[in-house]
Amino acid sequence: MAITDNAPKASFRLGMLLYDARYRSITIQILFLIALMLGLGWLASNAVVNLDKMGYVPSFSFLTQRAGYDISFKLIDYTHDDTHFRALLVGLVNTLFISALGCITATIIGVTAGVLRLSKNWVIARLMTLYVEIFRNVPLLLWLLVIFAILTEATPAPNAFRGANPAAHMWLWHSVAVTNRYVALPAPLFSRSLGSVQTDMLTLVAVIIASLLVNRFVVHRASAVQYATGVRPTTWWKSLLILFVPAIALLVMLGFHFEYPVLKGFNFSGGIQAPNFVFALWLGLSIYTGTYIAEIVRSGILAVSRGQSEAAYALGLRPGRTMSLVVLPQALRVIVPPMISQFLNLTKNSTLAAAISYPDLTATLGGITLNQTGRALECVLLMMMIYLIISLLISLAMNLFNRSVSLKER
Amino acid sequence: MNRTVFLGALTVAGLVASFASASTLDEVKARGVLNCGVNVGLVGFAAPDANGKWTGFDVAICKAVAAAVLGDPNKVKYVPTTGETRFTSLSSGEIDLLARNSTWTFSRDVDLKFTFTGVNYYDGQGFMVRKDLGVTSAKELGGATICIQTGTTTELNLADYFKTHKMTYTPIAIKTDAEGKQQFLAGACDAYTTDRSGLAALRAGFEKPDDYVILPEVISKEPLSPLVRQGDDQWADIVRWTENALIAAEEYGITSANIEEMAKGTTNPEINRILGTEGNLGAMFGLDKEWAKRAIAASGNYGEIFEANIGVSTPIGLARGLNAQWTQGGLMYAPPFR
Repeated sequence: MAITDNAPKASFRLGMLLYDARYRSITIQILFLIALMLGLGWLASNAVVNLDKMGYVPSFSFLTQRAGYDISFKLIDYTHDDTHFRALLVGLVNTLFISALGCITATIIGVTAGVLRLSKNWVIARLMTLYVEIFRNVPLLLWLLVIFAILTEATPAPNAFRGANPAAHMWLWHSVAVTNRYVALPAPLFSRSLGSVQTDMLTLVAVIIASLLVNRFVVHRASAVQYATGVRPTTWWKSLLILFVPAIALLVMLGFHFEYPVLKGFNFSGGIQAPNFVFALWLGLSIYTGTYIAEIVRSGILAVSRGQSEAAYALGLRPGRTMSLVVLPQALRVIVPPMISQFLNLTKNSTLAAAISYPDLTATLGGITLNQTGRALECVLLMMMIYLIISLLISLAMNLFNRSVSLKER
Repeated sequence: MNRTVFLGALTVAGLVASFASASTLDEVKARGVLNCGVNVGLVGFAAPDANGKWTGFDVAICKAVAAAVLGDPNKVKYVPTTGETRFTSLSSGEIDLLARNSTWTFSRDVDLKFTFTGVNYYDGQGFMVRKDLGVTSAKELGGATICIQTGTTTELNLADYFKTHKMTYTPIAIKTDAEGKQQFLAGACDAYTTDRSGLAALRAGFEKPDDYVILPEVISKEPLSPLVRQGDDQWADIVRWTENALIAAEEYGITSANIEEMAKGTTNPEINRILGTEGNLGAMFGLDKEWAKRAIAASGNYGEIFEANIGVSTPIGLARGLNAQWTQGGLMYAPPFR
């Protein structure tokens, strides 16, 4: 105590803010913050003053007005009599749909390519290198345009399927037609429906899940009996019965049948029509992002020390099992964090959809709605907000997953 | 994070909206060049030729205004705009004048705060199909896939037309005419819809234009007009009366060939007032006496511009129709110069 009391008390002088190393960094930070605030304030006031001068009053009331335009691909009900907000939702659902599809396939493609690139098979490894380098080094927009152009130019128009001796033929017993606009597929229908196709489908899924659970219980019981007595009871016929009979019975009860696409007028009607731009965007996004994921997976695998796989071989594990049981689980810790940014990239890259007529959020809200209402500032603000929220949600989900696979240190 | 977005957007707005408050005329004069928004490429209306020089019906308006204001029809910077970017370009001050076959509508005029300076082409929306499709009327297009340029009035007209006729269709939203052309020629859509003048211009660019027909139905009114920002009446007046001068010149027989002759003085006082040999109309909006003379000399009167770019003798081959002078049964009618 006495020592501190006797220490000379340096009186604080203003100059110390600049010359004393203890205070200097704080001074600089505060000055920088003030300059930043002033800069932002200037921009904000400039915007407000100029918007005011233009007589522009930001307003979001256009969202409740009638949209008046049609959208070519929609997963939720929408007609031109709905509001701009509904059109926004259609675009949002389309964006989420393609992003989810893309993330799943990009992961599958990426993991496969990443693992195969490390294969001892020279041809396969080089092929994968070729794939990664070609697709990664050409801009995504070009790939989308090329894939879309191929799908449009190399396939016949619906008109070619017409007549007694048509130029093009449907595939798979006259059930699938690949045209330059869409792929026409048979649609599942129920003649004795419970209400709508959705409820029927949900019931079917519920029944299948229930059968799976019951089957698992049966297999479990068999294992228990095997442990107790050493003799495993035969379960295959029980499993078959449990897995298939309820689902088939339900399908028969509901009158399940397919509605086949039929050429009528200009286009096929009946069945499901999956537009080409969906395939082009899906393929483009997954193949392009897949290259990045492949590299991440490869680096993740290489990050696992060789001793691990050598130990697994020494234990007699075959290469496939070594990869799936020993190497990949450890590689995941390295792989997951950079994967988050790839999923985010894919989602954000889906805004290129408008280039090939896919009506995503940028095309509906940021394209047609913006143009028809002229509310550019509001539309862009809304879009930025929505994409920010989507990205943050993806980050959150992936971070939670990352926490579950990360090394548990006890 | 919402705050970050908000600030970011304000930054954008601040940067975009920071045009000076000086009058457009002073700005253009000080800059020495007119920034004119045109189509990215629509043969006949606005497209760069093989030497990169812009020509076309809309381009002629830019040239006339530049000649009137700056004294030289070549002092124009052409800014290509798409259907989507055109209005933002104008309201942000990137361009002084938008001459890009844009339809004059209530909401664009009132809500988007623009001033349309007068119709220079009366158009209507139509459909183009392949001849071998055997379609002769738009009413037979039920169930068709239709290519449409997004961000245009045509998109709304199309929905309305099919609704009134209780037909269905699949829209393919495209961004530019070039993309639409590719889709249409590949047969990815059965019909292409836009203004009939645009269809004619597009068809002129096809390899085999005769394989395609434009259906007779006109499903909307599309009065195309150049436009400027609202709030600068002097500038709007200059553009409006430059257009009127071109139209009046055709009515009174002033052509690029005889303009020098006529400028020496005629017996018609209206011609003298337009060409500045009598009175000084130009001074009323900050220009000199001979503004209209230069505007007309730039690429001729309205009729000459029409015939040179989109008339029957060009590949586009549009008849005058509604766009003939009022004395010829059309709607082109310039108010008096006095």
